[in-house]
Amino acid sequence: MKVEQISIFIENKSGRLAEITRILGEAGINIRALSLADTSDFGILRLIVNEVEKAKTVLKDKGFTVSKTEVVAVEVPDQPGGLSTILQALDRDTINVEYMYAFVERCGGNAVIIFRFDETDKAIATLTANNFNILAGERLYSM
Amino acid sequence: MANYFNEEFETLPRAALEALQLKRLQATVARVYANVPFYKQALDAAGIKPEDIKSLADLQRLPFTTKQNMRDSYPYGLFAAPMEEIVRIHASSGTTGKPTVVGYTQKDIETWSELMARSFMAAGAHKGDIIHNSYGYGLFTGGLGAHYGAEKLGASVIPISGGNTKRQIMIMQDFGSTVLTCTPSYSLYLAEEAVAEGVDIKSSKLRVGIFGAEPWSEAMRGEIEANLGLDAIDIYGLSEIMGPGVAIECIEEKHGLHIWEDHFIPEIINPETGLPVAEGEKGELVITTITKQGIPLIRYRTRDITSISYAPCACGRTHCRIARMSGRSDDMLIIRGVNVFPSQIESILVRVEGVEPHYLLIVDRKDNLDTLEVQVEVNEGIFSDEIKVLQTLSRQIEKEIKDMLGVTCTVKLVEPKTIQRSEGKAQRVRDNRKL
Repeated sequence: MKVEQISIFIENKSGRLAEITRILGEAGINIRALSLADTSDFGILRLIVNEVEKAKTVLKDKGFTVSKTEVVAVEVPDQPGGLSTILQALDRDTINVEYMYAFVERCGGNAVIIFRFDETDKAIATLTANNFNILAGERLYSM
Repeated sequence: MANYFNEEFETLPRAALEALQLKRLQATVARVYANVPFYKQALDAAGIKPEDIKSLADLQRLPFTTKQNMRDSYPYGLFAAPMEEIVRIHASSGTTGKPTVVGYTQKDIETWSELMARSFMAAGAHKGDIIHNSYGYGLFTGGLGAHYGAEKLGASVIPISGGNTKRQIMIMQDFGSTVLTCTPSYSLYLAEEAVAEGVDIKSSKLRVGIFGAEPWSEAMRGEIEANLGLDAIDIYGLSEIMGPGVAIECIEEKHGLHIWEDHFIPEIINPETGLPVAEGEKGELVITTITKQGIPLIRYRTRDITSISYAPCACGRTHCRIARMSGRSDDMLIIRGVNVFPSQIESILVRVEGVEPHYLLIVDRKDNLDTLEVQVEVNEGIFSDEIKVLQTLSRQIEKEIKDMLGVTCTVKLVEPKTIQRSEGKAQRVRDNRKL
């Protein structure tokens, strides 16, 4: 039910994103989804990739600080109010969203939201109870 | 017009001055040998007895005292007077969180006050002046040292201490301050704030500024004098020896700082060999206190780099002059008047969970104020996928440094291996200040 995401620390200076994507590209790793959070000094690049361990290894070998986190991918009907119903269900059970980002499925046309919760298992229980479609990691990696 | 606070001693002919120094040196060596176990052991180890000091040249046979010796004797180990005679305790920051402690007897406070009063007069201040004392009051010797000297002089002292610059400018205008005492960088900051407030500080009653506690330059003197409309005078001191007022420029020449030789014997040595250098040559300043009771120090290594001149001075004082400090023989930084050793920052960083001691200190001067940036490498131990966790870590380090050292800094998180590794001594500091 959980998806593995890798996060990479990057300083706010030119060429860092290009460097990371070049390293991943040369290692034959495909990026499925990404989000970049930034401050004035640094940023955190979060990626869902097809080969998690390999991506982590090649980036660490190049001197990057990389960590692995478990996130949850939820399918959302691509229609007005789709995301709102999920967030309302989470709010009812007082589950905090640390951050989230979205992308659109290649086939099927549904939106997929990646959530990072502070209480992942509790969130999964709520989402399941409310009949939302949680995507397995394998499906995302091979999408 | 009387330009001296104590004409007899300030203009004592060299022969008489040196005879007085020898007498006082002998008494000091006897005092520390009898009262301070550290010195008894050090002199015994060097095979010297107090009665072996027969001329000023014999001073060179005595062992040095270092800041490390003071740390090892924390807090009162080097005191040569019983605690019931100590009336004041000051301290300066130490390298591992423990400060360097000094104690003063009533007579020491009187001596300090007189030397500070002499310094005020040498700088062109006198009875009747209104002295605006912006040095910090507290464990730091700057505030109280200048304060007691100003009172001894018979001037009116405003004990305003540091900070709250807008209020400082208002009080300076309303109270009619004529003499300003603070760090040189703070004087420039005051001038800028005055402009921002629409105050013409150049037309104020300020006549003399006495600036110290951090290194500055002739170029900065020009800037201060132009921006504040006063005579800018360099003062030198360190808490281990006494505090401010160990040496001062005279307003007549503004060229070298007279060190009060009837209380201190200065030497300049090669910091590598410990041997004396020729007159006029640069080296490390070593000072022996010859009248102090609370904590007399024999051949204290100040780590400040300067030179000595015995050339006669236009002001008539016979005491030799040391050149403006041109650097340090150790890695101590002076940031906004606060002494900071890189090792202090390192010990704070290693206490923060997960932080590796790969750091770089970048010191700069922006808008006339020193800035300190601490670059810390982000490793897996402290990395998080959440922004707020990393920001909290930065704030925590900034707070610890502020609490421990009293210096405001900004922490910048950087990628691993971006801080240069070197084979030998790691490059921990980049000082971009143009002094």
